[in-house]
Amino acid sequence: MTPDETATPPAAEALGASGAAVRDAAPADAVGGRVPRYVARPPDTAAAADLLAAAHRLGLATVMRGNGTAGDWGAPPDRVDLVLETTALRTVEHAAGDLVVRAGAGTPLADLQAQLAAAGQRLTLDPLVAGGTVGGAVATGLSGPRRLLHGPLRDLIIGMTSVRADGVTASSGGRVVKNVAGYDLGKLHTGALGTLGLTTSVTFRLHPRPEAQRTVSAAAPDTETARRWTRAVLESGTVPAAVELDRPPDGPLTLSVLVEGAEGGIDARADTVAGLMGGAAVAHGPPGPDWGALPGGPEDTLIKISVPIGEAARAADCAHEAARQQHTTAAVSGSAGAGVLFAALPAAAGAATVGAVARSLRAGLDGAVTVARAAPGLADDGAEPDRWGDVPGLDLMRAVKQRFDPHRLLAPGRFTGGI
Amino acid sequence: MPQPVTALIPRLREICGDDGVVTDPDRRRTYESDGLTYHAGTPGVVVLPTATEQVAAVVRLCAESGVPFVPRGAGTGLSAGALPHSQGVLIVTSRMRRILEIDPAGERAVVQPGVANLDVTRAAAPHGYYYAPDPSSQQVCSVGGNIAENSGGAHCLKYGFTVNHVTGLEIVTPQGEIVRLGGKAADAPGYDLLGAFVGSEGTLGITTEITVRLLPAPQKVRTLLAAFGSMDAGGAAVSAIISAGVLPAAVEMMDALSIEAAEAAVACDYPPGAAAVLIVELDGPASDVDAQFDHATRLCRDAGAFEIRTAADAGERARIWKGRKSAFAAVGRISPAYIVQDGVVPRTALPEVLRRIAELSAESGIRVANVFHAGDGNLHPLVLFDDAARGAADTAADVSGRILDLCIEHGGSITGEHGVGADKACQMPEMFSPADLETMNLFRSAFDPGGIANPDKLLPTPRLCGERPGVRTGVHPLVAEGAAEQF
Repeated sequence: MTPDETATPPAAEALGASGAAVRDAAPADAVGGRVPRYVARPPDTAAAADLLAAAHRLGLATVMRGNGTAGDWGAPPDRVDLVLETTALRTVEHAAGDLVVRAGAGTPLADLQAQLAAAGQRLTLDPLVAGGTVGGAVATGLSGPRRLLHGPLRDLIIGMTSVRADGVTASSGGRVVKNVAGYDLGKLHTGALGTLGLTTSVTFRLHPRPEAQRTVSAAAPDTETARRWTRAVLESGTVPAAVELDRPPDGPLTLSVLVEGAEGGIDARADTVAGLMGGAAVAHGPPGPDWGALPGGPEDTLIKISVPIGEAARAADCAHEAARQQHTTAAVSGSAGAGVLFAALPAAAGAATVGAVARSLRAGLDGAVTVARAAPGLADDGAEPDRWGDVPGLDLMRAVKQRFDPHRLLAPGRFTGGI
Repeated sequence: MPQPVTALIPRLREICGDDGVVTDPDRRRTYESDGLTYHAGTPGVVVLPTATEQVAAVVRLCAESGVPFVPRGAGTGLSAGALPHSQGVLIVTSRMRRILEIDPAGERAVVQPGVANLDVTRAAAPHGYYYAPDPSSQQVCSVGGNIAENSGGAHCLKYGFTVNHVTGLEIVTPQGEIVRLGGKAADAPGYDLLGAFVGSEGTLGITTEITVRLLPAPQKVRTLLAAFGSMDAGGAAVSAIISAGVLPAAVEMMDALSIEAAEAAVACDYPPGAAAVLIVELDGPASDVDAQFDHATRLCRDAGAFEIRTAADAGERARIWKGRKSAFAAVGRISPAYIVQDGVVPRTALPEVLRRIAELSAESGIRVANVFHAGDGNLHPLVLFDDAARGAADTAADVSGRILDLCIEHGGSITGEHGVGADKACQMPEMFSPADLETMNLFRSAFDPGGIANPDKLLPTPRLCGERPGVRTGVHPLVAEGAAEQF
């Protein structure tokens, strides 16, 4: 064996000098079908910064990964040399008296929630994808049913520390809920799919766990009824935490309303909601574990549909009709109250089909329609669908990317407009 | 080289019409400051556009000429965010004040930037809706200004900031392009530029149309006033309420000095002998509010409240709020001059910080009245002084700055709702590292590579930094040395 064959490659050595655990990548580490050269796991923010600085010097294209539950969101990156695993970044500082927590990006959301629950608190973020981490939630910007009352994920973030492509660590926001000092750069990173930097820790505002919960559910005989119920519940003053719509490929549209609050007042509110929904059933306690789960299976293509409130039920119908015209099916669910739905198309639906469904929805609805997650191998038939549609402000987004990552080293091509 | 602003005037008249351009020195001077009057300067020229296209044309002209522009709404800001530039164009949105749409079914309103905050609620009220962000100046402040400052108010604790209530913006970029961000639907695809634009204090461009969320009016509102023998007891009540999982719409606190001022001004008839008064307001579904109100009342009593008053109707509620709402103006009755500071501390640090403020006050001989949003730790110390007394203004400015230092030491912020503006740009390095600020500057330059949008605001520049904000009198020392120019 010659010395050359035993020596650590210079790139791996440079990456390892950061203090991160570095290994050669295996096929299982592939991102969007591309196998990287290295996988590195920094132990803390400082090491992550040194690691990204080294990758920057070496010109390595880097993709971040938490528990790997959202690696297939967005377009497949143009190239991947390094996968940066955040799983060691899992410190949690809970300031219970201030209803604030700062959590490392690699912290599993379930662990974080368990820790907060012990203090009677919660991060009001529904786990749409099981097994995800704090960093993954931020990168995908996914918000579940309770966004109706407590806002989407980005409204719960009050501070963030991120490492830029060049290895510079920068924070924005802070540890207090009310704070308008400086630009809120945390908003930029939320939903950016890791194209602007590596988020290493996030500070969230928390809520007390409610004393009582009720779920009111009913199947609507038609779309117009579902729209009417949604409107009646929203304007009733009962302040539901969530109004969810579920429209499977076969079967009726079901509306379920989550009411949370004080034990002494909850039954009156739930009964009011039930009355508005044609005498719907009221279930006590928290909703089931599938509450707010994304529709379809893990390998289905997911189309995200954002429409004005009041259009949600019609949007679900449109998704069904668009799928039917392409000889496939759509399972639709999401927040009718916030106007944000997901439609799952079967994994077998090809790129041309997905593209046609997305086009049809864009033509028929106000708002935005994006292919959030494509089935594996979707683009293999050579007809990569338009995942994003028209995105207003794209030139500004490109300018931001250019400032933060001028050499296109962070998940290049994964985001809108080829960013 | 930037052109002199006067060279732009003929073209500005073509764009905005003769009556939309103000060049007369006396009239220009009426725009010399926002609500923070000790930062003042005469704008190079003032324009009053009536349409987005006019704003875009003015900004394009500025961009082509290298002339800075400063956006201004109603001028109620309190951080010198709308401080004019002597060689720049001040773009005032006061003529863009149409409510374009109230859409109850979509729970949205679409408005022009010059619309007064409260007018959105007035327009939505007949439909059973309201617009939640309510800065104290809501009767006059503009929605566009609220967007620039991400303005808060007493109800932030429960309902969040302006940014949580905006779903769409039409902006004119510093290069004069009209860009739409978001709309009536949530979650616009791409980077959340809208989220980062709100609170950018006019440094990323100017807003020309705004889509906001409307919320259904609450079924019930209940308000209580609790009087305590000490600030600590009042603080303990706040902690108890929040810890118990009660989320009030507002929790406001006043100390003895601010109560004294309010009594002198509006005879609010708060319980005599109170060292602290707490106002707790709950809103929401009637059954929930009643259950939580009883709970909050018990917690106040347990924390040592010696008197609790509850409002039976809207009139009584207004009387409870009267003292609080008049407090800022009321201190004018007990002090010739004062500084309103705006800092934030974690709620649990409130007792410690309030004690330290009392010590600072005792050491300096400068009285400090505390009126604040206790639920979210947003302090508004009123630093009182006699502007006729030699050196008093400087001492007051020093005390005001030290209070900000306390906020930062305790992990808080230098501003909770007023913004950074010109006033606190030099404090930004105390809260953020050079790398943080450089990154913020990278973001700014993506929008404004020419650096013409509200320059010298929000981020520190070497010029004029290195000192505390506060009352200014006489010639600035750096100006006197010839080391800087003052606008």
